[in-house]
Amino acid sequence: MKINTVYSTALALAVVLAATGCKHKPVNVTPIPPGQGANVGENNPNTLPPGPPMSNPGENIGTQPIAPTGYNPDNFNQDSSTLAADTIHFAFDSAVIRDSDQASLQAVAAALQQNANDQLLVQGNCDERGTEEYNRSLGERRALAAREALSALGVSPDRVHEISFGKDKPVDPGHDDDAWSKNRRDDFVLLVPKAGM
Amino acid sequence: MKKYIVNFNKISLLFLCAISFLSLSHAQDQGALNMHENIGPLGFTPPIPISISGFSGEALDVLEFDLYVQGFKVVPSDQAQYQITGSSDGNIIGRVTDKYARKEILARSYSGANERREAHAFADDVVNAITGKTGIGQTKIAFKVEEPSGAGEIYVADFDGHNPQPVTTDGAIVAAPAWVPGSLALYYTSYKLGNPDIFYSDLSSGQRRVFAAFAGLNDSAAVSRDGRVAMILSRGGNPNVWVCNANGSGLKQLTRTHADDSCPCWSPDGQWICYATKIHSRRLLAKVSADGGEPQIISTAGAPDPTEPDWSPDGKWIAFCSQSGQYFNICVVPADGSAGPVVLVSGEHPSWSPNSRTLVYNHDIGYRPVLSVLDVFTKQHKTAQSVAGEDSEPAWAK
Repeated sequence: MKINTVYSTALALAVVLAATGCKHKPVNVTPIPPGQGANVGENNPNTLPPGPPMSNPGENIGTQPIAPTGYNPDNFNQDSSTLAADTIHFAFDSAVIRDSDQASLQAVAAALQQNANDQLLVQGNCDERGTEEYNRSLGERRALAAREALSALGVSPDRVHEISFGKDKPVDPGHDDDAWSKNRRDDFVLLVPKAGM
Repeated sequence: MKKYIVNFNKISLLFLCAISFLSLSHAQDQGALNMHENIGPLGFTPPIPISISGFSGEALDVLEFDLYVQGFKVVPSDQAQYQITGSSDGNIIGRVTDKYARKEILARSYSGANERREAHAFADDVVNAITGKTGIGQTKIAFKVEEPSGAGEIYVADFDGHNPQPVTTDGAIVAAPAWVPGSLALYYTSYKLGNPDIFYSDLSSGQRRVFAAFAGLNDSAAVSRDGRVAMILSRGGNPNVWVCNANGSGLKQLTRTHADDSCPCWSPDGQWICYATKIHSRRLLAKVSADGGEPQIISTAGAPDPTEPDWSPDGKWIAFCSQSGQYFNICVVPADGSAGPVVLVSGEHPSWSPNSRTLVYNHDIGYRPVLSVLDVFTKQHKTAQSVAGEDSEPAWAK
């Protein structure tokens, strides 16, 4: 193959792709409003079609970061059953807490209110997609997001600790959407002081 | 030469299509020959034809592996540019004849080590005699081996995975081993103390200590040539890039992304730290001065969701992993942004060899990761010897 042939093939392909990629405005078509509740965006269920790129497309800057606080794991027993039903889940590559998980967070906050001596360990986890240390950071951000949300519900951040397991601790070992959606989660573990501590 | 151009254009075709999505007029301005000059320095070349005769067993295995992953291809003797002859009965004796120049360019005998090590030494001499480059035959890698429970150990081994030795025996989750340049020492992440902390391990003395154990995440240490450590800490409230001196002094937060930063690596001159981040909802690679300042985006357009950057020791390239759906690809991009990324093979976590020619990485067989070695400039790759378990996150000693 000669260079020119290759190049013009590539160019022709590029032109075709560019042409078919363009959205020509359809004519004589009755616009149909989007169905209610179409789940096309995690936070905005009825987002409009995207316009031209914005210089700042509304990045979630979150609340002021809250620095983690240390604790000595040797001083606590881990109770992972009490709050097992309150595990919260995340969208792919997201650490944004869903509105539907507020009830779980309120239950966690209530449990901490009832057990004034207990502390909390939030365990951030990811699905297997994405590289290992990317997932370890993402899992940390997920755990920190729950900590920030609990703080907003009145739980002192000093009582809430977090750990990321990245993709090292899946609950479902499967390799499909169902397994992945279960694995993208924060588990809540009560830290119960050991006797004499 | 003709073959070189044809090979290149297979690559440039993909490349051209990729950038055409972004800017058709830009692609038109360039033209194939300009493109050739642009990524020409990557030096995609056909493998160098060699023949090997007289060796057997382990010596032959070593020679074939070492030379294949350094851009050579074994062909019948009459088609070879270089004929490698010798014997491996007892010690290794080896010769290289340049058939085109009609002269012997190497004749050497080896003793004082086992057959495998002598064969690696001969392979290095072959590479040096033919290309003038320093070979990789006697280099080391570190990596993690994970059990199904998620716990694992850090190992070191020859670059081809042989002679593995555990560095840890803790039965804890481990991650991200990183060599101290020019030293038999590693940093790695371990959950041994109940939290992801960064440990330092001196392999010659066997001693280790906790290097970073702040509240929250301590992960992904990367060491500059003068010993400074870049790492991911969440002690500021987000997983961000921090840097400090070898003795832990001078700790400084370099990034303040609200999203998660990960996978820092150093430019060889110690000026920059490249890392993976999320800006405006997009996964990107960025670099930040080790002294602080505004991060700058490194263009990887066409290679989505880049993570795990590794800067080549000669400073020219950044290898990284790009993700499409559940598929991972090893890519390289010129560090100076002069051209777009090139996809090499499927895999994760590339780490450059000391001579900036070869990458070690992990890729899945079934769902089990194993290590492989890739010659970047011919795309020839071979699976390394593995340790039972999931072998991943290799780091090449430099």
